[in-house]
Amino acid sequence: MRRGPSTFNIASVVLGMAFLYAPIVILVVYSFNASRLVTVWGGFSTRWYAALFQDQQMLDAIWVTARVGVLSATLATLLGVLAAVALVRGGGFRGRTILAGGIYATLVMPEVILGLSLLLLFVAAGLPRGFWTVTLSHATLTLAYTTMVIQARLGSFDISLEEAAQDLGCPPWKAFALITLPVIAPAVAAAWMLAFTLSLDDLVIASFTSGPGATTLPMRLYSQVRLGVDPKINAVSTLLIGVVATGVIAVYLLRQRRAPA
Amino acid sequence: MASRQIGAIRSTFAPWEDPAAKPLVRFEGVSKAFADTPAVKGVDLEIYEREFFALLGPSGCGKTTLMRLLAGFESPDAGRMLLEGRDIGADPPHRRPVHMMFQAYALFPHLSVAQNVAFGLRRQGVAKAEIGPRVEEMLAMVKLEGLGKRRPDQLSGGQRQRVALARALAPRPRILLLDEPMAALDRKLREETQFELMALQQRLGMTFMIVTHDQDEAMVVADRIAVMRAGEIVQVGRPAEVYEAPADRYVAGFIGDVNLFEGRVAATEGPLIRLVTEDGAFDAEGSGAVGERAWLAVRPEKIAVHAEPPADPRNRLAGTILDYGYLGDWTTYVVEIAPGRTVRAARANATRTVERPLGCDDPVWLTFAPSSAVVLTR
Repeated sequence: MRRGPSTFNIASVVLGMAFLYAPIVILVVYSFNASRLVTVWGGFSTRWYAALFQDQQMLDAIWVTARVGVLSATLATLLGVLAAVALVRGGGFRGRTILAGGIYATLVMPEVILGLSLLLLFVAAGLPRGFWTVTLSHATLTLAYTTMVIQARLGSFDISLEEAAQDLGCPPWKAFALITLPVIAPAVAAAWMLAFTLSLDDLVIASFTSGPGATTLPMRLYSQVRLGVDPKINAVSTLLIGVVATGVIAVYLLRQRRAPA
Repeated sequence: MASRQIGAIRSTFAPWEDPAAKPLVRFEGVSKAFADTPAVKGVDLEIYEREFFALLGPSGCGKTTLMRLLAGFESPDAGRMLLEGRDIGADPPHRRPVHMMFQAYALFPHLSVAQNVAFGLRRQGVAKAEIGPRVEEMLAMVKLEGLGKRRPDQLSGGQRQRVALARALAPRPRILLLDEPMAALDRKLREETQFELMALQQRLGMTFMIVTHDQDEAMVVADRIAVMRAGEIVQVGRPAEVYEAPADRYVAGFIGDVNLFEGRVAATEGPLIRLVTEDGAFDAEGSGAVGERAWLAVRPEKIAVHAEPPADPRNRLAGTILDYGYLGDWTTYVVEIAPGRTVRAARANATRTVERPLGCDDPVWLTFAPSSAVVLTR
């Protein structure tokens, strides 16, 4: 018997990966294109990266996106910890199913609907659309993901650790802060990274809930592309891919690093 | 010298027999149910200062629930729990001077060994300068000197168990609860640990309560054993009392091996009772009224095995060896006394060679002294 992958297996993996990643590879390659024409290769250059850092509008968008990402991820992680505690530790309290369903519904809810309903809410509440409405909306969007990641870790957390801390003199909240949180910290960090990454590349919700002066990077890119493809877009997209890939890999590594039982 | 002293203390240590002695812990009619399934049913129990007390029973008998009630992780549905005469029922776990050593040790994985041991001291507000020496002292006590900087996952199972013990003992609880503390250790290590635990308890003069399903463990370590069944305490007594004078057939069977013969009480004469069974009439100690249904319980090691018929027909059974197991120190014989009915007898192998070893299908006679058997009416 011949061991190892067959020709068919190799071919299917190559084709599958090409299908998924060829467009991204092309984008990354063309971000180093010296030519002004996006589709014609004119030699290697980093001039578009340099140009990017001259483009104040682009830099503003990056700055808005970073702030929205950090704030919304932090908010979603805090709420996610609370929701996970309620779902894992709360037992069979009234409304548990509604809480779980309510949190996870946003996973399957079309983003357009979520964006539209958030917009209607902000209009009805008389909130001026801008930086804070995008941040809140992204926290809403990512809460389901952070809850899911933290809930999974908390579910496998050995409750006797917390009991031991209480037994040795900690009130329940302190036992949670001193023992449980540090032990589940990798999952909490993973949840934060996931939320940050999701916030970073969201276009739909940001488009609905943003206002003047709070243009996020995906919104800026989208509007730029409609006016014609500028090679700077390849450069900023490559950077974005880098950040997102780093985030995803970090999430993976953090979730691998489980505390030994 | 030290061991003799321990022996001397042990032989006179019986505060439960002293009507003036005040119990350290007292359960009064404590009940607890989980979702309508009773786990603990009306338990009354007194545990005394410096006592090593064992809760013994099969899994699901409520022994762990009883311990968790005392630690404060469960609250009783009915009854009271007193610690030094004070009702502690309303105190949360962190306010009770009761510490627990958890079954899976529950060491904090993100803290070092020394930080684990220091945890309870920090919470008590012990001065920083004092914590270091106290931790060193505790680690030395459990023979883990120099391992303070390690993480729990860098330790062996036996070492983790010691860290858990040191952590629970460091804040000097009024009573230490041990939940199946040796379940995860191999047999050899378990035996060593049992003796170390006893020596430690003596040296510190503390009160220990151990929960275990291992009857040997309870017999070895405990001053008194409470045997539990289905949420109730069936018998409380010294290991020898529980073994030699079991309250009922359940206790007799749970602690050690036992041969039971069912019959009726035919006569009583002083301390002796004559029980008539299918296998003959036997004399034994115990209590029972004439005509009452009762069981004769006799331990395998109390039965003598003879190759020739003994002259005295009292408490004598004839049979053939069906099977035997040679254990080195002991040989256990399974003797068929009637078709399908067997008796276990054990013989200490006191000499190195047996002149004519008994083997399968050999006819044998079994005898036991009336004082070696007990009549049970439950």
